[in-house]
Amino acid sequence: MRKRSLSPSDRLFEWSIDLFLVGVLVVTLVPMWYVLMVSFLPFGKSPSLFLAPWDWSFEAYAQLIFQPTIWRAALNSLVLTLGGVAISLTLTVMAAYPLSRRELPGRGLIVGLILFTFLFNAGLIPTFLVVKDLGLLNTYWSVLLNGAVSVYNLLVMKTFFQSLPESLEEAARIDGANDWQVLWHVVLPLSRPILLTIGLFYGVANWNNFFEPILFLSDRSLMPLPVVLRDILTGLNVAEYVEGTAAQAAPAEALKMAAVVLITLPMLLVYPWIQRYFTKGVLIGSVKE
Amino acid sequence: MNPAIAKSLAGRDGLATLLRRIWRYRLLYLMLLPGLLYFLIFRYWPLWNAQIAFKDFQPMLGVWGSPWVGLQHFQDFFSSYYFGQLLANTLIISVAKIALGIPPAILLAIALHETSRRFLSRIVQTMSYLPHFLSWVIVYGILLAMLSPSEGLINHGLRALGLEPIPFLTSTATFQPVVVLSEVWKETGWSAILFLAALLSINPALYEAAAIDGASRWQQVRHISLPGLMDVLVLVVLLKIGSILDAGFHQIFVLYSLPVYSVGDIIDTWVYRQGIQNFQFSLATAVGLFKGLIGLVLIVVANRLARRFTGSSLY
Repeated sequence: MRKRSLSPSDRLFEWSIDLFLVGVLVVTLVPMWYVLMVSFLPFGKSPSLFLAPWDWSFEAYAQLIFQPTIWRAALNSLVLTLGGVAISLTLTVMAAYPLSRRELPGRGLIVGLILFTFLFNAGLIPTFLVVKDLGLLNTYWSVLLNGAVSVYNLLVMKTFFQSLPESLEEAARIDGANDWQVLWHVVLPLSRPILLTIGLFYGVANWNNFFEPILFLSDRSLMPLPVVLRDILTGLNVAEYVEGTAAQAAPAEALKMAAVVLITLPMLLVYPWIQRYFTKGVLIGSVKE
Repeated sequence: MNPAIAKSLAGRDGLATLLRRIWRYRLLYLMLLPGLLYFLIFRYWPLWNAQIAFKDFQPMLGVWGSPWVGLQHFQDFFSSYYFGQLLANTLIISVAKIALGIPPAILLAIALHETSRRFLSRIVQTMSYLPHFLSWVIVYGILLAMLSPSEGLINHGLRALGLEPIPFLTSTATFQPVVVLSEVWKETGWSAILFLAALLSINPALYEAAAIDGASRWQQVRHISLPGLMDVLVLVVLLKIGSILDAGFHQIFVLYSLPVYSVGDIIDTWVYRQGIQNFQFSLATAVGLFKGLIGLVLIVVANRLARRFTGSSLY
């Protein structure tokens, strides 16, 4: 991104740099493009990177879109994603704000207790037993609560709150506002960027989450999209998602790839925002000096 | 006031002051309570449950009521055939991911920083971050499209060249490379961000001075950009070593299958199968605890070293 210079070796350098970047672009995009092409595959054609547009068939999409199971899974995903963001963000803000107040007695001890859980994890089975003993198995609460607070996000938010000018909070307190009012009326309005960033962090993680639903839920009607996609891709319980007629309407690989495309689509729609806030977020929280 | 009471009050003075201070911040503690409960229930209660690593856990008797067996499960695991295999798979996959993941990320960061084509730079950034946000299930779908023996793009190519198709995801020879390279494909763009940030923080005057002194672009990269990346590189490598036992549970959980257990099974996937599918709760807990303890030591040491060498640290 700096000024061009003209010597032949520098020109060669620029050429190789640009060639490398184009290479990265090709390696990133070709697999995704191929998925799209296979999803358009009609019967009797073999898949190709350059399937002619007049051969494109949308039959696989038509078959999937009219499956009630897909819509139920989409609804489940929506509930888990939005519900998860609401719970996670509330808990994270309510824990981060008190811990950002240096004068709070016992603050160091509490931060230490939380940090320890980041460094040492008791493991899968002991956690599973907790969820089981709470009677949360096969309910959404298991998925929503188990991963509700990320220590990393909590610490990033705490650092952000600490960086806000204290004079504003001080002024509100002198006017008689209590801690909740200060948080709600002074701190949160100033924290919109960090709330969006961390909300997106939680949202993406929830939307992509497939392991905890598999671990905690047994009722198939509760499963979110990634779990359904996994079943379609591995050919498990396919009959549940696509009716017998679908297999006659579109090739199996077209159905699989159409499912991949459909489930990626919502992520692609919010990706412009995600990219804007995430790249900032990763730098806010990357290292502590 | 009665002197005796006054004296006893003075004795309790420290405690009373403390309680008064705590009372003054009661609203903040109240605010903290839900988060604290979360950590107690979902992070510290499991710690208590982890005692079943030293017990013969029977669901009817519960965690506390099950009989102690000492280090039995640890001994069983260490002397079992699985121990060496799981540790080897975990370390091989982890180390390969670090060794093959960091160089492309550095190259990409340097290329993004050096190119004079802003549009190319922007579009490469946008597209190369994208896979980071895709679930491993979606990446599994993409991998099937590329690698499936019957319909995969690469096997179409092999067949066109007159070669035998390769079952990449179910062959013990190719499974580990698939795991490592798919991680590189998914994460290179994202890992480049940290390196790019380090490059952008280098004082531009250094490059200008070098250019005036006749340094070629390559020499500028060699003598200004690369040294400028060293601190971040050391930090990234150390922190990755700190979590070296995490070889990518979710990824392998989605990608592996019975034919490739011998090369694809890592500590985490084995714990899942033993515990959740075979109901060997105590054994699985013992192995998970073993991994957690090693992980704790590694990350604390890595963090110390990072702080010593770069002045930065994770926590």
